[in-house]
Amino acid sequence: MRTWISLALLVALLVACAVPTGSPLPTATPRPAVERPVVTLMTHDSFAVSESLVQQFEAETGATWKILKAGDAGSALNQAILSKDNPLADVFFGVDNTFFGRAIAADIFEPYEAPGLAEIPDELELDPEHRLLPVDFGYVCLNYDKAYFAEKGLAVPQTLEDLTKPEYKGLLVVENPATSSPGLSFLITTVAYFGEEGYLDFWRKLRENDVYVTDGWEDAYYGQFSGGSGEGTRPLVVSYATSPAAEVYFSEQPLDESPTGNILPEGGSFRQIEFVGILKGAKQPELARKLVDFMLSRAFQEDIPLQMWVYPANPNAALPEVFTKFAQVPAAPAQISPAAIDAGREKWIEAWTTTVLR
Amino acid sequence: MMKDERWTTDMGRQTMGGRDRALSLPTFRPSRLLSVTCDPSSIVRRLSSVVLWSPLAYLAVFFFYPLMEIFRLSLAPEGVFDLQPLRALVADGYYGRVLWFTAWQAAASTALTLVLGLPAAYAFARYSFPGKNFLRALTTVPFVLPTLVVAAAFTSLLGPRGWLNTWLMELFSLEQPPIRLTQTIWIILLAHAFYNATIVVRIVGGFWANLDPRLEEAAQVLGADRWRTFRHVTLPLLTPALGAATSLVFLFCFTSFGVILVLGGPRFATLEVEIYRQTVHLFHLPIAATLSIVQMAVTFSVMGLYTRWQARASVPLNFRPQEAAQRPARDWRARLLVALSLGALLVILLVPLISLVERSLATADGWSLRYYGELFLDRRGSILFVPPSEAIRNSLAFALATVGLSLMIGVAGAYLLARPRRGPGVWLDPIFMLPLGTSAVTLGFGFILALDQPPLNLRTSPALVPLAHTLVAFPFVVRSLLPVLRGLNPRWREAATVLGASPMRVWLQVDLPIIGRAILVGAVFAFTVSLGEFGATALIARPEFPTMPIAIYRFLGQPGALNYGQALAMSVLLMAVCIAGLLLIERFRYRDIGEF
Repeated sequence: MRTWISLALLVALLVACAVPTGSPLPTATPRPAVERPVVTLMTHDSFAVSESLVQQFEAETGATWKILKAGDAGSALNQAILSKDNPLADVFFGVDNTFFGRAIAADIFEPYEAPGLAEIPDELELDPEHRLLPVDFGYVCLNYDKAYFAEKGLAVPQTLEDLTKPEYKGLLVVENPATSSPGLSFLITTVAYFGEEGYLDFWRKLRENDVYVTDGWEDAYYGQFSGGSGEGTRPLVVSYATSPAAEVYFSEQPLDESPTGNILPEGGSFRQIEFVGILKGAKQPELARKLVDFMLSRAFQEDIPLQMWVYPANPNAALPEVFTKFAQVPAAPAQISPAAIDAGREKWIEAWTTTVLR
Repeated sequence: MMKDERWTTDMGRQTMGGRDRALSLPTFRPSRLLSVTCDPSSIVRRLSSVVLWSPLAYLAVFFFYPLMEIFRLSLAPEGVFDLQPLRALVADGYYGRVLWFTAWQAAASTALTLVLGLPAAYAFARYSFPGKNFLRALTTVPFVLPTLVVAAAFTSLLGPRGWLNTWLMELFSLEQPPIRLTQTIWIILLAHAFYNATIVVRIVGGFWANLDPRLEEAAQVLGADRWRTFRHVTLPLLTPALGAATSLVFLFCFTSFGVILVLGGPRFATLEVEIYRQTVHLFHLPIAATLSIVQMAVTFSVMGLYTRWQARASVPLNFRPQEAAQRPARDWRARLLVALSLGALLVILLVPLISLVERSLATADGWSLRYYGELFLDRRGSILFVPPSEAIRNSLAFALATVGLSLMIGVAGAYLLARPRRGPGVWLDPIFMLPLGTSAVTLGFGFILALDQPPLNLRTSPALVPLAHTLVAFPFVVRSLLPVLRGLNPRWREAATVLGASPMRVWLQVDLPIIGRAILVGAVFAFTVSLGEFGATALIARPEFPTMPIAIYRFLGQPGALNYGQALAMSVLLMAVCIAGLLLIERFRYRDIGEF
């Protein structure tokens, strides 16, 4: 008998423990007797928002805002495409201009001409049918380790061509465009910069100049880069234009200057725009539109920089001091249309892999 | 259990003389006996067969059904199979090279893991020494550590600016770092050994600890030297456990993903890595599905061969309690032996772990707990801020659910395979191991397609996490248990039954005390598999139940010293939770279970 009692207790304990606890998402407000409708946002792992804003949205709409994370940007989009007959969420955030073509071709988004679009510059709006609405943008560019170049008395490279010079041999880390979003952005930058005829030549020379390729940003930045919080030996890395500002914000001790800097030659950086869209077959279309409106609202737009380290799409949204002081906006990012990216992406990745890795 | 000396010596002779006779030993089958003695209990029998077949039902719903759905969509979207991707794969020599690399690196990694793990398994099995449980828990810690963190630890030791290179450069006044391991095959092999040595230590060591030492003593009395005793007595007896551990390590290395991507770099690709690239980044589902099928086919064939061979290697044994098989390492010779056996493994395991702890404490103002304190502060008011207590609670909850579920399914599965009938085991065993050889991303996408209708509407349910973890964890339970179950001398059960014990009583008083140790080993693996798992859970669309590995990756996603420091601090917490959990599991006592 005692056996059974202890077994039953064990099972009860396991069941009790098996109910995990979530973030204090919807429970902050007292639960009313009527069941609240739920609006679900599906997104990638880098999405972040202030808790106060979630509460604000829930108070305004009387709905519960559920956030569903589904891996990196590519993985999340693929899951949204796979589940299009029975969508997992109402709204999807996190399609960028490198995945734009795949998302539009899969036909998973409902058009919505949000009133908030009026304040957003036309150059960020890539879809004339308003299936995907711009929310934020950031720049992929080269970062350098200030201390390294000062110590060696070496001039910081000024153009992409400079990277192939002998004095910069063995100094650069890039990410694999087949597995990394900044890696793909940098490859597209070189295609736009050198043209389809010239970019492979550039990469061939980079390979001769001992470029180091990692599969993801984390290993490139923390593992191989020597600047800031990087633990590696190479002073040049493909990262984001806001990384030097993040180095200041997340430094251990207050800093007057970032330990890293941006290299922003004309046409040598890539503007990544992130879009939101309402999924076809959304169970709460009305709330979905409200959520999109909310993400374009001033309050959410001003929350974006410190949460996700990118710029709000709305130019009227105020930027935090660490952005105005330490982050730079490139004067002239690479010019290339999503249609051209979509047409060339696979071909470029394949040619790049053959040229650089094999 | 102390009375059967006669059987023991009998057994020993048979084992040394010829294994064929030992095989034909269980002529009197307990299962038949049960069906005769438990006469009115057709309900009980039906119930027990339901329990026995539950692993297959589980696999059918949570493994085969999602896989079929993703394969159908990928390969036959219009209902007709398209052989084009297969032709493309065969035509391009690249995929053949990937398969070849996947196979030989797995074989080499397994060999290295065995070389490091076996001496340690011996020391843990045959000697008692202070700190043994803690050291054994330490060998399991790598299992839960995220690859990026392990890469950081390796780099701080062996990287171009690491301790070893700096020291060597100073010592020999060199210009360039002499050791260059990053992005080479060597670091892949080393990391695989680092991660998987614990499988050998636990499965072989656990089995070894219960082997009757008197067989070896008898051989030595008869004049065999140590080496001969090992070759002709110990090794044959260990074979089932050795095979179980080897097959698990091989499968883990065969489907290796994080180690190859992070430490090996983009020049190396296993099938798993290629499936991931094709699925997530290129969205070439037909090629990904074809590669998945190739990977599963290789897994199935390897496991099929192994199963046939293993069925012949098992002999009934008389297991002994650990206390009877162990001796304390008192004199200097024994201590030296233990130290040497553990030495290589401990250096490879301990040094990176210590360097991780050191890095998490080293701040700009010298050593401090700054990064740990920072973990508890929510500076940005983010909805995604995870208090460590919550991450720990979520991780533990998922891990406990996984342990419960995979023990239930795993124990039933092991009994199903251990049934003396020859038939089903031959194909069932490889099927049970298939989840280990299946690409996580393929299966994750299969879940999205398959589990979208009630009653299986689980796509966004947190329950999907332990259900997915169990797929990886329960083969470990099966593998830990099977060698012991097959070795369990059937005459003990028969004796108990003849003396009037009910089947339940036989199980509780004969089986359970002997397989208890192996169940705990299975629980240890289920716990650690779930605690450290990141890849598969990251691919499942999930609401906010952040676990510790997810929190670590979140910190590593943004630049800055505080983020990096917090990632390391969280990793050290993960190590601590893992060690605490393992020590608790190993202390678990229910009557004799665990002591054996």
